[in-house]
Amino acid sequence: MKRESRTVEFALNGAAVSAAVDPGSRLSEVLREDLGLKGTKVGCEAGDCGACTVLLDGEQVCACMVPAGQVAGRDVTTVEGLTAKGALNALQQAFHRHGAAQCGICTPGMLMAASDLLRRNAKPNRRAVMDALGGVLCRCTGYRKIVEAVLDVAKAQAPPVDPPAGAAVGARLAKVDGEGKLTGVEAFGDDVAPRDALLLRVARAPHARARFVIGALDRLYADHPGLLRVLTADDVPGNNGFGIYPHIKDQPVLAEDRVRYRGEAVLALVGEAAAIRAIPEEEIPIVWRPQEAVAGIESALAPDAPAVQEDKPDNVLTRGRLVKGDVDAGFAAADHVVEGAWQTGFVEHAYIEPEAGFARRVGDRIEVTVTTQAPYMDRDETAQVLGIAPEQVRIVPSACGGGFGGKLDVSVQPLLALAAWLTGRPVRCAYTRPESMASSTKRHPARITARAGCTGEGEITAFRFHGDFNTGAYASWGPTVADRVPVHCTGPYFVPNVAASSTAVLTNEPPAGAFRGFGVPQAALAHEALMDMMAEQAGIDPIEFRIKNALAAGLETATGQRLEASVGLVDCLEKVQPYWEDWRTAAVMRNAVKKTVKRGVGVGCMWYGCGNTSISNPSTMTVGVSRDGRVTLYNGAVDIGQGANTVMIQICADALGVPAGIVGYIMGDTDRTADAGKSSASRQTFVSGKAAELAGADLRAQILRLTNAGPKAIIEIGKRRITVRDGADRHEIDLAALPELEAGDVLRGSGTFDPPTTKLDENGQGVPYGTYGFAAQIAEVEVDVDLGTVKVRRMVAAHDVGRAINPVQVEGQIHGGIAQGLGLALMEEYLPGRTENLHDYLIPTVGDIPEIEVIIVEDPEPLGPYGAKGIGEPALIPTAPAILGAIYQATGLRMTRLPVTPDRLRAAILAHEKDGGNG
Amino acid sequence: MGSYLRPTALGQALEALGEGPRTIVAGGTDHYPARVGRQIDEDVLDISALRELRGIADTRKQVRIGALTTWSDLVRAPLPAWFDGLKQAAREVGGLQVQNAGTLCGNVCNASPAADGVPSLLALDARVELSARDRVRELPLSEFITGNRRTQRGHDELVTALILPKPGKGARSTFLKLGARKYMVISIVMVAGVLVPGRGGKIADLRVAVGACSEVAQRLSALEADLTGRPMAAALAKPEHLAPLGPIDDIRGTAAYRRDAALTLVRRALARLMIAP
Ligand SMILES: Cc1cc2nc3c(=O)[nH]c(=O)nc-3n(C[C@H](O)[C@H](O)[C@H](O)COP(=O)(O)OP(=O)(O)OC[C@H]3O[C@@H](n4cnc5c(N)ncnc54)[C@H](O)[C@@H]3O)c2cc1C
Ligand code: FES
Ligand code: FES
Repeated sequence: MKRESRTVEFALNGAAVSAAVDPGSRLSEVLREDLGLKGTKVGCEAGDCGACTVLLDGEQVCACMVPAGQVAGRDVTTVEGLTAKGALNALQQAFHRHGAAQCGICTPGMLMAASDLLRRNAKPNRRAVMDALGGVLCRCTGYRKIVEAVLDVAKAQAPPVDPPAGAAVGARLAKVDGEGKLTGVEAFGDDVAPRDALLLRVARAPHARARFVIGALDRLYADHPGLLRVLTADDVPGNNGFGIYPHIKDQPVLAEDRVRYRGEAVLALVGEAAAIRAIPEEEIPIVWRPQEAVAGIESALAPDAPAVQEDKPDNVLTRGRLVKGDVDAGFAAADHVVEGAWQTGFVEHAYIEPEAGFARRVGDRIEVTVTTQAPYMDRDETAQVLGIAPEQVRIVPSACGGGFGGKLDVSVQPLLALAAWLTGRPVRCAYTRPESMASSTKRHPARITARAGCTGEGEITAFRFHGDFNTGAYASWGPTVADRVPVHCTGPYFVPNVAASSTAVLTNEPPAGAFRGFGVPQAALAHEALMDMMAEQAGIDPIEFRIKNALAAGLETATGQRLEASVGLVDCLEKVQPYWEDWRTAAVMRNAVKKTVKRGVGVGCMWYGCGNTSISNPSTMTVGVSRDGRVTLYNGAVDIGQGANTVMIQICADALGVPAGIVGYIMGDTDRTADAGKSSASRQTFVSGKAAELAGADLRAQILRLTNAGPKAIIEIGKRRITVRDGADRHEIDLAALPELEAGDVLRGSGTFDPPTTKLDENGQGVPYGTYGFAAQIAEVEVDVDLGTVKVRRMVAAHDVGRAINPVQVEGQIHGGIAQGLGLALMEEYLPGRTENLHDYLIPTVGDIPEIEVIIVEDPEPLGPYGAKGIGEPALIPTAPAILGAIYQATGLRMTRLPVTPDRLRAAILAHEKDGGNG
Repeated sequence: MGSYLRPTALGQALEALGEGPRTIVAGGTDHYPARVGRQIDEDVLDISALRELRGIADTRKQVRIGALTTWSDLVRAPLPAWFDGLKQAAREVGGLQVQNAGTLCGNVCNASPAADGVPSLLALDARVELSARDRVRELPLSEFITGNRRTQRGHDELVTALILPKPGKGARSTFLKLGARKYMVISIVMVAGVLVPGRGGKIADLRVAVGACSEVAQRLSALEADLTGRPMAAALAKPEHLAPLGPIDDIRGTAAYRRDAALTLVRRALARLMIAP
C-alpha cells in the first residue's frame, strides 16, 4: 500500500521543481521514476554502493536513503546538473581523458562525490580524494584512473586529438561511448523501459532444497487488483529450462515442484508497478516442504548424499582429464617434490548494476532490451523457452553496468519475454541487490590438491593436479571450468609429464558459472605456490625459477600444443625483476627491525587461452557506408565496460584506412548485427577484433576495386562521395549512385574469424586455443601480525597482450583485474543467505587498492588483429598468487584457504607461533 | 495507509508520538537499508525538520549533542581533545554520504552491536535524553541500550540529545576500529578510550569500552580500576580484563579472533592514550 502523495518543492539542478510524491519514498526513486532523471543509478538501495550519490545542499548523500520529503526547500544536484549547455565540465573531461569510466554505472556517483570534494577543496591531495570517494564502489576500474582523474581536474589540459587515418591502433583514444556515461545519458538495463511498462517481480526459494506447492491464487488476485498475472512453470510455452550448453538446459525458468538452491525463481508477479511492489511476501501462497540440503563439495561427494539432480546420483556433473608423458616417471626423476592443498569459496561478481531490462511483444516477435554479455545466446535461449524460432526474438543490449561473466547466463530475459508474450504489454524488471546476489551465478568454490617435482637444477619434471569445483545446483558453465582447468593447471611453464583431473560437483548452492577466468584463478593459486616451494627447495630465486621453466615459442603445453609465437612470459618476468629485487631486499631489511608490521613481496604468473576451449567460436563483423557517407560498424561484440566499442572501431578504422573518429557503431542488437559471440573468455579483442579488421579490409578492397586503385591508395569518405587518392590519381565514388544493400548502406564489408582449435582427445591432448595471454605480477604487502590484517601496498603488473590496441583500456583492465584479484585473495566470500548484500559481502574500496605500475609487453600474435590478444581475464589471475607469496615472505606462512581474512591469518600466525616455527 | 509526518517543532513531534507509535526517521541511513525490496508503508515520523535538535552545545558542566547532529557536524565542530576519539569514530562511519546524513542519535537508537559511536560514548559516560509529550528523562547510555537492537525508549519517546559530562582536565581520547577493508566497513572490533592524566605521570581516570564483541558494547571496568592511579608507563591490559566481553562467531570473524584482536586493540589504544599529545 502506498502512501498518499504530497507535493514537494525543491531545486533540482538549479531549477525549481514541484513534484507530487510519496514523501517516505527514496529520493532515488523519485528522481528516476517520477522525474525521469535516470542518471542517478541504483545498485543496492542500502547505502552500500554509492551509485546513487547526489548532492543535497552541496553535500554528497545517497539518494536511496534520503526520504523524498526531506528535500523540501533544499537543493539537489544530480549528474544531469554537471554539464553546462551539454558540454562536459572539467571533472567530466578529466574522467574522459583518463578512461575513468569503464562500464559507467558507478560514474555518476563518483562524479557527484568528487564534485562535493572539489567544491570545498579545488586542489585536493590523494588522501582527500580517496576519503571523498570512499563511499562509492567501482567493480571495473580498480579506482586508479578515477583518482588520477580527480587529481588532474585542476590542471588545464588540451582536449585529446583524434588520431589520423591509420594511427588508431595503439592510440590512447578516449572511449567512443564515454560521454554518455559521464553525463548520465547512457541507458543501462533499468533505464530503458517505457513509462507504461508493467512490473515483474520474482518470488524465490527461501530454502536450499525443498518441495513446494503453489496454492490457489484467487485471493491474491482479489486483494491486489493491480496484479494482472501470476506466472508459474505451467505458463512456459516452450522448454522450461535454460543453460549454457545446448544439451544441458537443466535450470528451470520457474521451478516446477522443487527447488535446488536458495534464491531459485518460483513464480513471477506481473502487474502495475505500485501494486506489485505492495504485495507482501507472506501473501504469496507457496507451501514449502524443506529437505536436507547438500552444502559443499564434501557433503555432495559423500556416499549417502542425496542427489541434487535426480539423474545424477553421484552429484558429479562432469569430469575433466589430461595426461601427458609419464607423470610417475617424472616424479621419480625429481630431486625435489612439493605438494599442497588449496580451498576457495563462492565469489560474487558484484557488478554494480543488478540484472535488469524490459521486453515487449511486437506482433509475433518478442523484443528484449537487457543488460547482457551475450545477445545471441540470449536470443536462442529465450526462443526455446517461448517455443518460437530464434528469428522471432530480438535482443537489444542496453549499456551493461559490469558483467565479469555473471551476465552470460540469462536472468530476467526469459521471464520478461514470457510476461510480455503472454500479456501483450511491455514488462520491466530489475533485481534487488539481495535478489541479484542470491540468484545469479558465482565463481566456483574449489578444492585443489597438487604436486610438482623438479631436478636439483630446478627443471620441472612432473605435475599432478586434481580440482573439485562446486558447480552449485545447475550446470551453467560448470563443464567449461572442468575443461579449462586441466589445460591451464601447470601454469605457464613447460612440464614434460602431467596428470590432471577435475570434477564439477553439484550441490544445493547457487549455480557457479563464469567469472573472469573460468576456474583458472583458483588453479593458479596451486601452481604458483608450487613454483615458490620448488624454487625454495632448489635454492633458486622464485623469478629465476620461473624464467628457467617458462613456456616459450617452440615449446609444448600440457595439451601437447606447440606454441608458435607470442609467448611473452620471460619478457614479463624480466620486466618485473628489477622491482622484485629492490622490494624483496627492502622488506628483509625492514622486517629485521619491525616487530608488528611485516612486509613481504610475492610473484604470480599466469597464462590464459583466449576464446572458447576446443570449440568453434566465430565472430562476424560488418562495416557499411551509407549513401550520405556515414560509416557504421555493426558490432555484435557487446561492450560490457571493457571497451569493445572503442577497440573494434580502432581496428576497423585502421584496416579501412579512415580516421577512427568518422566510424559510428551499432552494438549487439541481434536484428542489426551479426553474431560476434559472447563477451567472455577474453576473446572479443582477439576474435571479434580480427573479424573487425577483416571487415574493414574487405570494405577497403571493395572501394579500391571500384576505383581501380592500388593497395596504398588513400580513402576519404565524404558526405556523399568517397575520394580515393592513389599517388597522383584521384578517383571518386558517387555514393548516391550506388544501389542500397541493407539498412541504408550502399557499401558493406564483412569479416569472420574463428580461432583455429582442435578437439581434445581422451587424454586432453590437442589445440584448445588459438593464442594465450601471459603475465607476471608482483605484490608488496604489509601484514599486521598481531591483527592478521593485510594491506597490499604496491604492485607491478607486466602483461603480454600481443599488441595494445588501446593502452588506456589495457591499463584499465589490469587495474580492475588486480582489484578483483585482491578481493578474491583477502576479503570476498559469498555465503548463501548470509552475505547477500554489499555490506556483508565486501569488495575492495578505493582505499584498498595498491599503487599499480602497469608494464605492457607486446609480443605480437600473428593470428590476432594487428598482433593483439586478450587481457580481460589475464589481469586477475596472477594477483592472488602474488599476494599469497608476499604474505609468505612477511610471515613464513603459506596460506591455502581463500579469502585470507584477518581471523584466518591471525589463527595461522598463532598456530605457527605455538609450533615454534619462525619461517 | 501509512502516514508521513515531518513536523517543524518538537512539541508537534512529541504530540504525534503520544498518539501512537511511529517509525522515527532522522538521517535514514539505518531506516532504508533495513527495507530493501520492501514496500515502505509504515507510519513515519521524520524528525529532520526539528531544527532545534541539531548541533552541539557546551554548557558549563556538560556538552549536549542534539538528536539531529550528524557525523559530519561532529567532525567539523571545534571541540576539545576528549572528543578526538568520537571524531575518529565519526570519520570511519560508512563513507562521507553516510556521515553527512547519519546522526549519532540514530546510531545509538539503532543499537547495533557494531555501532561505532557507542564505545566512545560509553567511555565518555554519555547519557541519553528522552522526551515525551508529558515528560523528559535521562538514562545512562549503558542502561539505555539493552541488547542487539533493543533500547529502553518508550513508544511515545523521542531521543532528543546525548549528554556528555565533561571529564577531568587534560582529558584525551582515542578510537581504534578494525575492519576487513578500508572504507565503509562494519567493525569486527572497535575500542574507545578516555584518559585523564594525573600528577606525576599517573592515571587519574581511565575509561575503556569495546564494541562488536558482545550484544552491547562494554566498558572494561576491571581494567579501568586496575590502572587508575597507576603510572601511565605501566598501563598494561591482560586477557582477564576482557572478561565482560562475549564475542560470537559471525561472517566477519570468529569469537576467538575477536577476543584476541580486542586485546591487541585495547593495548594499542592504551599506548596511544599514554602518549601526551
Ligand atoms: C553504507 C553504510 C555504512 C554504514 N557504516 C557504519 C559504520 O561504519 N559504523 C556505524 O556505526 N554505523 C554505520 N552505518 C549505520 C548508520 O549510518 C548509523 O547507525 C547512523 O548513525 C544512523 O543514523 P540515522 O540518523 O541515519 O538513523 P535513522 O536511519 O534515521 O534511524 C536509525 C534508527 O534509530 C531510530 N531513531 C533515529 N533517531 C532517533 C531519535 N532521535 N529518537 C528515537 N529514535 C531514533 C530510528 O527509528 C531507527 O530505528 C552505516 C550505514 C550505511 C548505510
Ligand atoms: S543505490 Fe544507493 S548506495 Fe547503492
Ligand atoms: S566503471 Fe565503475 S563499476 Fe563499472
